[in-house]
Amino acid sequence: MSETSSQNPNKQDLKEVARDLRLDVLDITTRAASGHPSSSFSSVEILTVMYFGGILRYRSHDPHWPERDRFILSKGHAAPLLYAVLARAGYFERDELWGLRQVNRRAEGHPVENKLPGVEATAGSLGKGISVGLGHVLGGRLNGLKYRVYVLLGDGECEEGQIWEAAMAAAHFKADNLIAIVDYNKYQESGPISREMALEPFAAKWRSFGWHVEEADGHDIQSLIKALEAAQQVTGRPAVVIAHTVKGKGVSFVEADYTFHGRALTPAQAEKAREEIQCS
Amino acid sequence: MQLGEIAGLKPAQPMRDVFGDALLELCRQNPKVVVLDGDLSSTTRAKYVRETFPERFFNIGIAESNLVGIAAGLAACGLIPFTTSLASFLLANGYDQLRVSVAIAGVNVKVVGSHGGITLGKDGPTAMCIEDLSLVGGLPTFVILVPGDPASMHKAVQAAAEYVGPVYLRSSRVAMPHIYPEGDCPFQIGKANVVREGRDLTIIACGIMLAAALDAAALLAQEGVQARVLDMHTLRPMDVGAIAAAASETGAIVTAEEHLLHGGMGGNIARVVVQTHPVPMRFVGLADTYTDSGDPYDLLEKYGMTAQDIVAAARQALAAK
Repeated sequence: MSETSSQNPNKQDLKEVARDLRLDVLDITTRAASGHPSSSFSSVEILTVMYFGGILRYRSHDPHWPERDRFILSKGHAAPLLYAVLARAGYFERDELWGLRQVNRRAEGHPVENKLPGVEATAGSLGKGISVGLGHVLGGRLNGLKYRVYVLLGDGECEEGQIWEAAMAAAHFKADNLIAIVDYNKYQESGPISREMALEPFAAKWRSFGWHVEEADGHDIQSLIKALEAAQQVTGRPAVVIAHTVKGKGVSFVEADYTFHGRALTPAQAEKAREEIQCS
Repeated sequence: MQLGEIAGLKPAQPMRDVFGDALLELCRQNPKVVVLDGDLSSTTRAKYVRETFPERFFNIGIAESNLVGIAAGLAACGLIPFTTSLASFLLANGYDQLRVSVAIAGVNVKVVGSHGGITLGKDGPTAMCIEDLSLVGGLPTFVILVPGDPASMHKAVQAAAEYVGPVYLRSSRVAMPHIYPEGDCPFQIGKANVVREGRDLTIIACGIMLAAALDAAALLAQEGVQARVLDMHTLRPMDVGAIAAAASETGAIVTAEEHLLHGGMGGNIARVVVQTHPVPMRFVGLADTYTDSGDPYDLLEKYGMTAQDIVAAARQALAAK
């Protein structure tokens, strides 16, 4: 039952939240024997800061509160993390987490809008989030409401053409309450992004589309907060925070092997991972 | 020979003009309605809204994927977005977004596909949409509306706005004649209308083929055959009761649609017929082909979608009774 997360917990508290979220992702994907734990791990600090670090204004007991800030998970394969965050924020009971990817449960493999409270958009085919977020921006203007819209993108996702259609339109509509965050973990399913479909010069692409760009260490709480607060101050154009991250962050043998992208850990691997995360 | 001429129907203005008027009227009534355009508002006639309610009109540019995604966000804010463009561009470019951002969660987005069918004519096969009904048929939560006269277009636009959930509405470039008296058109989503009574067979049609079906019924009457004509303005949910009644009461069915036969209305009606009351059926529509560019009426003739084609199909169905 959290009111808005206007309080700004100290760095140590947020590190512990992040550790707990990684354990949740590990547990529920291992139990489901499928999912994308490594893509969830790279986004953990980003979502921690958003929901528990004073960035996002929300009322988990009133998920459709019209003035809430929106958080749209566009990289839908990080669904296990989103569910763990929403449960922790009080949107639903933790029991829902154990339904991940199970028939007759609500924690779908990729997020489905409103299937669970707090899930703002359907995702899973990539590239959708900025467009939907821009719809929330334009709708907020028509409804006379002030809120911010945050969209978390994957880096490989930025290969989708729709991202750049939406980037162009967001600048055209001067959507300065729209903030995109890219989880730039440098890998896509088939391997390093630089090898498979290079994004660089990445920041320059966003700037040339009329966006303000901030860069951050995506696993450093203070760095993320600083970049997001700077993005909030931008007027007249949208902003993107390029968060440099590590795929599989927190588990050494997952960090070292990008083929963990679309698979869960075995129970034995999960035991090793648990030890590493608990000691972090 | 204009559509509906044989049946003595009164000509009307092009369907897209009717759609533009209906959309403007809706915007006047309902402040929640917003219109999204893919830079074709002059073509679709969504420009009527742009001229009168510019604050509720968004030209998203030539980017249909983004257009559909934005509509999903607007709908989540409690607004009622009508997305407009040529059916071919909106459905084909925006399909992934219609599926993911709209259909899966049943988001309240309205999709108006203009220039459906082959009667776009002269712009040729890239601009015409011979497959919109099968494409949207692949999105299970969508209601599918194909009105066949001006009065029913007005009612369909109203019904689309009132219904909470995804709706596809087909609009056309050609003129369709008046079939219903203005302001006196029964229109209920999922409820087909009998527009001509008959006991010998039933012609089930949607869109412009409804007028062709009435022409065909007039020709058949000259041969002493009394055809029932059913306006199947809603393809989903389909009026199973009206189809079953047509099969059992008239004993033969011809379907007529301005669409590929593969994946269109006729095949879906046949699925109902074989499960309720199997009777001989014949199908008028586009065979597995793209068409030439050309005058709309020349195309209807070349590709077998005229009143005479419906009459020929009716004779075959009657012979198989």
